[in-house]
Amino acid sequence: MSQALAQRTVDARSARRARRFPPAASILMVLIGLALTFELLGWILVRQSFLLNEQRLVVMILQVSVIGIIAVGVTQVIITGGIDLSSGSVVAVTAMVAASLAQSSEAVRAVYPSLTDLPVLVPVIAGLAVGAAAGLLNGTLVAYTSIPPFIATLGVMVSARGIAKWYTHGQPVSMLNDAYAAIGSGVVPVVIFLGTALVFHIALRYTRYGKFTYAIGANPQAARISGINVARHLIVVYTIAGTLSGLAGIVTSARAVSGQAGMGMMYELDAIAAAVIGGASLSGGIGRITGTVIGTLILGVVTSGFTFLRIDAYYQEIVKGAIIVAAVIADQYRHRAGGKRA
Amino acid sequence: MRSLATDVPAECLLEVSNVSKAFPGVVALDDVSLRVKRGTVHALIGENGAGKSTLMKIIAGIYTPDTGELHLHGSSVHLSSPRQALQNGIAMIHQELNLMPFMSVAENIWIGREPVNALGLISHRELHRKTRALLERLRIDVDPQAEVRTLSIARRQMIEIAKALSHESQLLIMDEPTSALTERDAEHLFAIIRELQAQGKSILYITHKMEELFEIADELSVLRDGRYIGSASPRALTRDEIIRMMVGRELSQIFPGAPARPGAVVLSARDLTLEPQFRNVSFDLHAGEILGIAGLVGSGRSQLAEALFGLTAASSGQLWIEGCEVKLDSPQAAMSRGMAFVTEDRKETGCFLRLSVLENLEIAVLKGAFVRCGFVRKRAATQACAAMSRLLGVKTPDLHERIENLSGGNQQKVLLGRWLLTRPKILILDEPTRGVDVGAKAEIHQLIARLVADGAAVLMISSEMPEILGMSHRIMVMHEGRVTGILEREQADQVKIMELAAG
Repeated sequence: MSQALAQRTVDARSARRARRFPPAASILMVLIGLALTFELLGWILVRQSFLLNEQRLVVMILQVSVIGIIAVGVTQVIITGGIDLSSGSVVAVTAMVAASLAQSSEAVRAVYPSLTDLPVLVPVIAGLAVGAAAGLLNGTLVAYTSIPPFIATLGVMVSARGIAKWYTHGQPVSMLNDAYAAIGSGVVPVVIFLGTALVFHIALRYTRYGKFTYAIGANPQAARISGINVARHLIVVYTIAGTLSGLAGIVTSARAVSGQAGMGMMYELDAIAAAVIGGASLSGGIGRITGTVIGTLILGVVTSGFTFLRIDAYYQEIVKGAIIVAAVIADQYRHRAGGKRA
Repeated sequence: MRSLATDVPAECLLEVSNVSKAFPGVVALDDVSLRVKRGTVHALIGENGAGKSTLMKIIAGIYTPDTGELHLHGSSVHLSSPRQALQNGIAMIHQELNLMPFMSVAENIWIGREPVNALGLISHRELHRKTRALLERLRIDVDPQAEVRTLSIARRQMIEIAKALSHESQLLIMDEPTSALTERDAEHLFAIIRELQAQGKSILYITHKMEELFEIADELSVLRDGRYIGSASPRALTRDEIIRMMVGRELSQIFPGAPARPGAVVLSARDLTLEPQFRNVSFDLHAGEILGIAGLVGSGRSQLAEALFGLTAASSGQLWIEGCEVKLDSPQAAMSRGMAFVTEDRKETGCFLRLSVLENLEIAVLKGAFVRCGFVRKRAATQACAAMSRLLGVKTPDLHERIENLSGGNQQKVLLGRWLLTRPKILILDEPTRGVDVGAKAEIHQLIARLVADGAAVLMISSEMPEILGMSHRIMVMHEGRVTGILEREQADQVKIMELAAG
């Protein structure tokens, strides 16, 4: 009895100690550790600093900004206990639609010859609307049918890719105007990524929207009994995720100054990986935007670190896979240990 | 109690000696001894929570006893898994059936033990032949190749029995097997039971239904509060004597005296019906009153509560709240009328286990004064939750502790607190003190009494007789979805309630 009591006291104490650290601290350590490893290997293998190179760091974040924007939405879906596999295909559809409305008058064979040189707001709003529509469809399927989110969003993923190809019969959309291309140039994508992350960090932590999102993921039945309109809230969350995928599609096409049906391939998996590495639990109720941002940066560090060391891209993928699995194992271990808030 | 192991009569199949089992906070079984004779139907009866299921699970190898022994055919056995129990000839047929719906009858019965041909592949011909032989022996008329999901509940039950017997079991444990059966299906089940009995098998039979005792039991044993009360032949006893054995207990707890002057009617139900859960339920609930709802498990009490709170709308009937007729088709609608609902299952439908005490407390009041432009007013919400937590005496290191790490009693207090923050006029409590230790139980009772004294109306479902009798102003008893009586506190006693609950 006294032994059990002692154990409880220890548990309580360690739980309290865990709370003094922000929950994202452990994953931040991983990020710093990885960066320092590349720094060390850099001096040994290529006699250069990895971190003391401003340009490399900017490029690194730039490369993962699109994934990061998607991951901010996917994290919220994962917190509700769901999943969104359609993000990559939604990127492609929005890239096509937005690009087709952003062509300059010099474009030969424009998709809409009479609609060139439109104000930049038109393609942006159209892109966001396409993303929101896809998200609304996901959310409606999840909330009002009994099919699991995995299947619902898998269906949307396949169909959306098809729509992206059908839209111009496989032809890329090019010759976009300068104002649109500006969205993807310089550090603009990074600003959009971090801005999005900040907005939804605040939304999840400080608003009723956030509280309901966590509650639904932690126990949907209890959420319903507590007076939360679960179906409506799920639709809102999936629609937000879709809209952010649309935003990612706009940034992608602006960066490439063209729209292609093959854009965003497998982005959904990178985004899910970023969220999970950042501590989001696929069983719902747990996850943070800060963690997801760090998870996204980890993916970026691995990618640019391997390029920096001039190691084959093959190894890069192998290591990335291992990191994702290791993160989930660590996540499950953390849950078995109970205790602290992740 | 002395050990009975020394002089076991030849016809004794199973002997349970001095078995005890405790779970955190409760002693489920306390020094229970029992003998099951070969070729008999032995009924095990007792109130909800008397320890019947725990004893069954020990015999079936699902739990191991803390102390005490099991003897089979006179020799001591140690059963540490259901598999071991099966190997020793003990099979349990669970209340919730454990068949795989998309597999055939034959595949379900012989799963893991399929006959194989010379190549080591499953021989379907032999599988079906064996199944047909087994089903014929039991006179069960089912096609071995039929998918289980196409069969009625009654048929599935028979397949479970066939599966149990395919292990050459000597002892079959049946946990309320007729609870989901129609009368005719039950007759068929009894015929099979008598047939098995004639073949020399023993059956340990849990039931709540009096008629069944007289119909098929050769012997009955009574458990009460985890203790063995006695055994007898049902023929030697009257119905009243059996009920008295089950409930015969003095009210040992002291309950807060509820104020005796209830106010106006706040909730009024007329002919609420939701087939097959409940039908024609009518009652009035007054301000400042606790209306207890008694009944056995499966009597439709919880479903009634869910319908009142708008979770599953009743299909017909009328409901008035403070004189206005209302249609409650969602929890939001019920909450806007001042209702609150503490559910029966703390873990499944109550707590957000992964979230903190604070998040669990505030979730139902994230509106009005606690939210501005969608933003939660953190300080106001935290202060209100801290005050509620203090009022209820929740024992937690702080409000940011995960609720998972709290004891059952403290979790229950948090759930009560969640609803009290909404300032409810009508509070529905489903088993408010289930799995809660004695101290917290008394505190929760005090709290309910205080609420009622302040004018709240409480509808309290409870399977615990002392709680129902000690707390309620009036007691509504349900049996199989119908209200069989509403008793005033003065005229209610355990025997009357049991009689009404048994139908």
